[in-house]
Amino acid sequence: MNNRRSLRARVAIYGLICLLAIPFVFPTWWMVTSSFKPVSDIFAFPPSLIPTELSFSAYRRVFELQPFAQQYLNSAYIAAVVTVGTLAVSSLAGYAFARIRFRGQHALFLVVLVGLLIPSEVTIVPLFQMFNSVGLIDTHWPLILVPTLGAPSVLATFIMRQFFITLPSELEEAARVDGLGRLATFWRIALPLARPALGAVAIFTFLHSWNLYLEPIVFLSTPEKFTLPQALTQFVDAYGGPMWDVQLSAASMTALPVLVVFVIAQRQFIEGLAHTGLKG
Amino acid sequence: MPVLMDDVAGRAEPRPAPGGATGSPRRGWWTSRRRDQLAGLLFVTPQLVGTALFVLLPLGLVVWYSLHEWNVLADTFDFVGTENYRELIDDPKLPGVLRSTLFFSVGLVVFNLALALLLAVLLNQRLRGTVVFRTLFFSPVVVSLVAWTIVWGFLLQDNGGVNGVAGAVGLDGPNWLRGEWTALLSVIVVQVVKNVGLNMVLFLAALQGVPAELYEAARVEGASRWTQFRRITVPLISPTILLTSIITVVGALQVFAQIAVLTQGGPGTSTTVLVYYLYQQAFQFHQFGYGSTLSVLLFLIVLTLTVVQWRMRRKWVFHEQ
Repeated sequence: MNNRRSLRARVAIYGLICLLAIPFVFPTWWMVTSSFKPVSDIFAFPPSLIPTELSFSAYRRVFELQPFAQQYLNSAYIAAVVTVGTLAVSSLAGYAFARIRFRGQHALFLVVLVGLLIPSEVTIVPLFQMFNSVGLIDTHWPLILVPTLGAPSVLATFIMRQFFITLPSELEEAARVDGLGRLATFWRIALPLARPALGAVAIFTFLHSWNLYLEPIVFLSTPEKFTLPQALTQFVDAYGGPMWDVQLSAASMTALPVLVVFVIAQRQFIEGLAHTGLKG
Repeated sequence: MPVLMDDVAGRAEPRPAPGGATGSPRRGWWTSRRRDQLAGLLFVTPQLVGTALFVLLPLGLVVWYSLHEWNVLADTFDFVGTENYRELIDDPKLPGVLRSTLFFSVGLVVFNLALALLLAVLLNQRLRGTVVFRTLFFSPVVVSLVAWTIVWGFLLQDNGGVNGVAGAVGLDGPNWLRGEWTALLSVIVVQVVKNVGLNMVLFLAALQGVPAELYEAARVEGASRWTQFRRITVPLISPTILLTSIITVVGALQVFAQIAVLTQGGPGTSTTVLVYYLYQQAFQFHQFGYGSTLSVLLFLIVLTLTVVQWRMRRKWVFHEQ
């Protein structure tokens, strides 16, 4: 706003920003450093910001106490399948709602929009019962099918539609005059142009699936099938108290990969997610 | 020819494309309109089937279930009419649950929007390093939710990091997660810090759309910074304030993992929000009928709030012209 800001004002602003940043940065830092501390040091007072001696025993125990590698794989492949599936479903539907004229499209679009109004928590009981009646409880199917086709993909469809509306129509018309069918026009012309929107949808879909917690604890009961968020809370001692060093190691391994990708590609992340206005 | 389709509701059926402007018909009845009709329907089929099967059908079922006494363990499913709704009104825990839900949602929205706006205004200054700080404030959004909550659970213990820091400056911190008000406050703060980056980014984008001339003019008239903020910034970014408030309120009503990991709804019902209570009833006490009734209640609350906020947009959203 103002170019000629006094030095004092600038120092004050920086000070305020740094102070506000503490709760944003400190927990992650604390999680990672504590995960390398021996148990006896975790609650040491005064707390040390950097571990004095590195201990990897907590990391080893993560894999001993639970099939953590398997759980990691579960989370990764479920998120990947859901992301690819959502991109396919939402770009097709979004394109049709934005670009093709067909009878009933307004009514059908309103039907789809209803999905935006219904939090998935509302439908968790009937969904459990539906999957139970077809024998799919304690499988990964509910965690794949519901996000790919249900309420979360409705938002994706909405975003894709908003994007396709803004595309200039001349390109497609030229393609159609050249004899390309609808599917070919979509695949070869519209979809390549929609890369920013696809990126945004991919990011939030992946994060959403990666973070899912209520659904896994409702649908899954075998540790080998657990996803990461669910597995994290299982590292407890005989009295049900959390084993902090192990929990923090497992939490670090869950949080850090996405965080590293984010730091590398933060521009795309921030603009993509801001574009969608969605909460993780 | 532009495609006139930027409005969803209230538009009549699309007019036929004049004279086959979008490709000439190949055969008699297999016109481009008919092909478009087929393509359109096929393209939206997966989404429609999914919405019908995983959103609309369960919504109907949850209403149906709520009219039944359904104990999963005993395998009983009896029609009881509005019995569950009567039970809902008489439920001695419900006032506490609704109170927690209300306090949590209001607290979350107020803290979240205020902090997001403050951060956005601070980072919108012409200062070095704002991109770095933007990244820092945004980073919790991408950190796994349960991992984030576990760390905060660790920090908020009686002998945890937060009280360690407080002790270093001579303060004696409470046992955050064990006191009624401090537990609620803790859950709110953990949630705000996790997600405020998203609202901050939306506000930053909105702030950059405010024309600088307006501030110039206001300065010439001698308006203070606070007046400029109130009279120029807030009205001009009000559409974004509306959007973020809707997203945040609906998000607040859906919070589950943080509660389950941090407090399990306690102490008492001080952090038992509606979603957590519905989970307890359905999946811990196996009362699917009553759980469904709570789901219906949750849905009605979300629906009402969304509609009310949407209606209010004319009142408090400023539009140019």
